[in-house]
Amino acid sequence: MAKRIDVSGLSAFYGTHRAIDDISMTVEPRSVTAFIGPSGCGKSTFLRTLNRMHEVTPGGRVEGKVMLDDENLYGSSVDPVTVRRTVGMVFQRPNPFPTMSIYDNVAAGLRLNGVRKKGELDSIVEKSLKGANLWNEVKDRLNKPGSGLSGGQQQRLCIARAIAVEPQVLLMDEPCSALDPISTLAIEDLIGELKTRFTIVIVTHNMQQAARVSDRTAFFNLAGVGQPGKLIEIDDTERIFSNPSVQATEDYISGRFG
Amino acid sequence: MTTVETPPTAPPRKAATVTRPGDRIFSGLSRGAGILLLVVMAAIAVFLTVRAVSAISKDHGNFLTTFEWTPSLNPPVFGIAVLAYGTVVSSIIAMLIAVPISLGIALFITHYAPRRLGGIIAYVIDLLAAVPSIVYGLWGALFLVPHLKGLNLWLDDYLSWTVIFHKSDPNSAARSLLTVGILLAIMILPIITNVSREVINQVPKMHQEAALALGATRWEVIRLSVLPFARSGVISASMLGLGRALGETMAVATVLSASPVLSAHILDPVGGTFSQNIVAKFGEADEFGRDALIASGLVLFVITLLVNGAARLIIARRKEYSGANA
Repeated sequence: MAKRIDVSGLSAFYGTHRAIDDISMTVEPRSVTAFIGPSGCGKSTFLRTLNRMHEVTPGGRVEGKVMLDDENLYGSSVDPVTVRRTVGMVFQRPNPFPTMSIYDNVAAGLRLNGVRKKGELDSIVEKSLKGANLWNEVKDRLNKPGSGLSGGQQQRLCIARAIAVEPQVLLMDEPCSALDPISTLAIEDLIGELKTRFTIVIVTHNMQQAARVSDRTAFFNLAGVGQPGKLIEIDDTERIFSNPSVQATEDYISGRFG
Repeated sequence: MTTVETPPTAPPRKAATVTRPGDRIFSGLSRGAGILLLVVMAAIAVFLTVRAVSAISKDHGNFLTTFEWTPSLNPPVFGIAVLAYGTVVSSIIAMLIAVPISLGIALFITHYAPRRLGGIIAYVIDLLAAVPSIVYGLWGALFLVPHLKGLNLWLDDYLSWTVIFHKSDPNSAARSLLTVGILLAIMILPIITNVSREVINQVPKMHQEAALALGATRWEVIRLSVLPFARSGVISASMLGLGRALGETMAVATVLSASPVLSAHILDPVGGTFSQNIVAKFGEADEFGRDALIASGLVLFVITLLVNGAARLIIARRKEYSGANA
């Protein structure tokens, strides 16, 4: 199930612009790793290289290696479509398919994977919605459109949709930044439960959130506008927030910039 | 429970309204424009209805089921059966050909073609829209008709058993409803393509990324997030095209060999359409003949209204699921 991510020497480009430069890190299975850093430091770009979503952007290009256990995601024979079926993603703004019911949203990924049997779909949809702490709120209206839910519910629906296909890794790109505090709390609780089953990587602008949910924290920074983003350090969350080894991290954490 | 006592308030004084002359003039102008539209519409409707009713009341045939259009006979006999059939059938043929191709072009431009190639294709499509319909008519009559002969014979040879593709006289020219339908398809292609392309471009990136992140292939992204979102817009685009196909006059009049015969064989050079009939008969018609033609125009108007209404119903039925409330 959950797999280890091992990144080495990874750079990502938009056309000729180098957005992130030479990043190496290891993400342990069944843990939560948070990416923090000022805007434009490339943390979202880096996240999107982990499921090969970066290259979807026109001009997007990646150099380096991302190992998922012992498979290189950027190997020449690897199909990006297959990568995205094993590395799930949740986005900044909740994006359930507006034309689909709640049920069909969760079933969408399963159907792409060729699951057709009604009984099997039913049980996985229920399990995923329960896994996303949404089942009790929607079990009576599974056939209603997903876009009718509140923002927080929609985001949990997106999480249910992502975990329905049992990915190895779950990437979350600022999943709470469009949500109110109550919904944010619900998602944070959920992350705590999900890490027993998945490897989770979360990008967040909220340092308290990083401190609350993550086991490890990576700090990204950039030297200036137009400069590529770099990984400054990655360490246990407790250590990053109490006694980081780099001065820039300390400055960012304590609110001196960013 | 405590109740908050509302302090006695002075009767609300009317806010002093300042009328600015600019506001007044503009609101007057825009109101005038709105009223003008209603007046013009009403005038057209009254004109059409009065003249049409006076003609239909003197018709000695059944206006809806008569094939012939001979209002100059004594007693006058004319009906719209052939015209309604020809209009509807040629438009259906045009839609069957144009809608899938337009959707294909729109998807190719937005999702498959390299940006520059997409731009070139879009430009060519715009050019296609700028060609006057009489030019299409000339091209249809001088190029399409002779060159479709082979297709006609092939269809007759292999699909004659479907009745639809039976050709009564294999030697007759391809001045048939099928040829008209193909020509109309080319003419309505640009508008359906352009509007569909606009709509498809509006599909939010985040929905497409949602599908991509689930491991959808390019086609699956289109199927999961693009087509459902663009559906109502594509229907609207098709209706715009259908409106043009139903009312197209010169191209049809140039190509079709009209005759008052209602035939299920769309390869036969017979039939007619509303606007083709009007343009063909208007010049030689007397006062009464013109009223009769106006009556047929009114029927075309009603058919167009019905088609638009049906399209609106289709769009409204799935409003809850449309992308609009995302």
